[in-house]
Amino acid sequence: MSDKRAQHKSKYTLDRGIPGAFEGETITRRRLMTGTANAAGAVAVAAFALPALGFALGPIFETQPHSWQDIGPVDAFNPNNYVPVVVTITPGVSEIGKTTAYVRQKNPAIDTDRPDRDTPYIAISTRCAHVGCPVRWVDAAERFVCPCHGGVYDLLGRRVSGPPVRPLDRFPTRVRAGRVQLYTARFSVNSQLRRFSPRDPGEPLDGIGQYLYPSRPSARKP
Amino acid sequence: MPRLPTPKLPAALQGPPPRPGEENGNVAPADAAKEAGITVVDWVDERTSLSGAARWLMFRKIPKGTNWYYTLGSATLFAFLSQAVTGVFLAMYYRPDAGGGAYESIRHITDQVFLGQFVRGMHLWGASVMVVLVFLHMARTFLFGAYKYPRELNWVIGVVLLILTLVMALTGYLLPFDQRAYWATVVANNITATGPLIGPYLGDFLRAGPEFGATTLSRFYSIHMLVVPGLIAALIGAHLYLVTKLGTTAPPWQKVETRPELNEAEV
Repeated sequence: MSDKRAQHKSKYTLDRGIPGAFEGETITRRRLMTGTANAAGAVAVAAFALPALGFALGPIFETQPHSWQDIGPVDAFNPNNYVPVVVTITPGVSEIGKTTAYVRQKNPAIDTDRPDRDTPYIAISTRCAHVGCPVRWVDAAERFVCPCHGGVYDLLGRRVSGPPVRPLDRFPTRVRAGRVQLYTARFSVNSQLRRFSPRDPGEPLDGIGQYLYPSRPSARKP
Repeated sequence: MPRLPTPKLPAALQGPPPRPGEENGNVAPADAAKEAGITVVDWVDERTSLSGAARWLMFRKIPKGTNWYYTLGSATLFAFLSQAVTGVFLAMYYRPDAGGGAYESIRHITDQVFLGQFVRGMHLWGASVMVVLVFLHMARTFLFGAYKYPRELNWVIGVVLLILTLVMALTGYLLPFDQRAYWATVVANNITATGPLIGPYLGDFLRAGPEFGATTLSRFYSIHMLVVPGLIAALIGAHLYLVTKLGTTAPPWQKVETRPELNEAEV
């Protein structure tokens, strides 16, 4: 049946026997008006729906502002053990914008990997690489331990046991006028301590992981 | 001498025809007062024909063997209505302020507002009740085989409603903004972000940025009180429409009753 109709169909409304057709007309006035009304409705909906959608999705594409924060004099830290410091990584939201970092002076004997070369102090983020609970440094065991699901990390922040999928994230550091400063944007490392742009917890960076969990516009490599 | 009948007045000079229900044209005030309720209902019904829809919705045939398990859907609906009403009134006192105001407003509701602890308790415990009832209702539908043709679409809508109910449970959990709420949401957000490829962007969308920030709480509040309840209400409407249109099923142990005398005689 469809073949028959295709044969009969002409480009011109006059040939199709539509009442009131004009010579050389290819679309009926009724169809044109219907299409125009629908298109006008679509434009009107898009005029409020698209800005609203962009408004809601905007934070995905915005880079957060970061800054260098003073965390103490150079002699407050030593190469053998961690000192906890509290830094504000999200300004303007009081307590929830703060996080703890464990900081020690770089020890050339153990900090031989690439991410450590340009940082005079090692600042380990306490955000667990499993689902983001706060880990703490247990001095006696020389391990970072997560209270939620039993993740354990060694002195360099590498996973020792438990569910975490990569080492603990780090913060860049520098020394200015005898004071240690910490940059509030984290960076992530894989199990070889290679440096990556910050990833959310639970996202592995070894093998195919770095492609399954791409770098985001909101958090680029510091 | 026979008289010709009096001709009728022309239409323009006649009074209005009697309206339905008032054959004499006028009703005594006492009777009018007595029937005021019926009059109002009639007035609305004459203009909307709602009574037919109400009869279609409420007075429908149900199969033999219908039992108490069939009330689980209505129970879920009433749990949702309870959540909606208590939620609307909680919103009169709640402040989605991540700087500490949210926690303080919850404390204010619980400790100082008249019946505040009761209404908040209704909303808090009602959330768990609703999730439990949704699963019981789903189990009843599954075990009775009520998801089969022609009711598959209603099952699909029901699954979407289940997911939306869990989204409500998740987003509502952050709103008290105490330690448990904060860390539970951090963990839930990070689990969302572990979805491959789109997960990281989904996490950024929920948090409104790479870190838990100033607008994460208001974003969750908006999803919890505006976006998802609207979707749930619309889908409950579709769910009920399909239940009414398709009817309910008999329990699987209900035997079909045959009347042998109606069988065609075998030749």
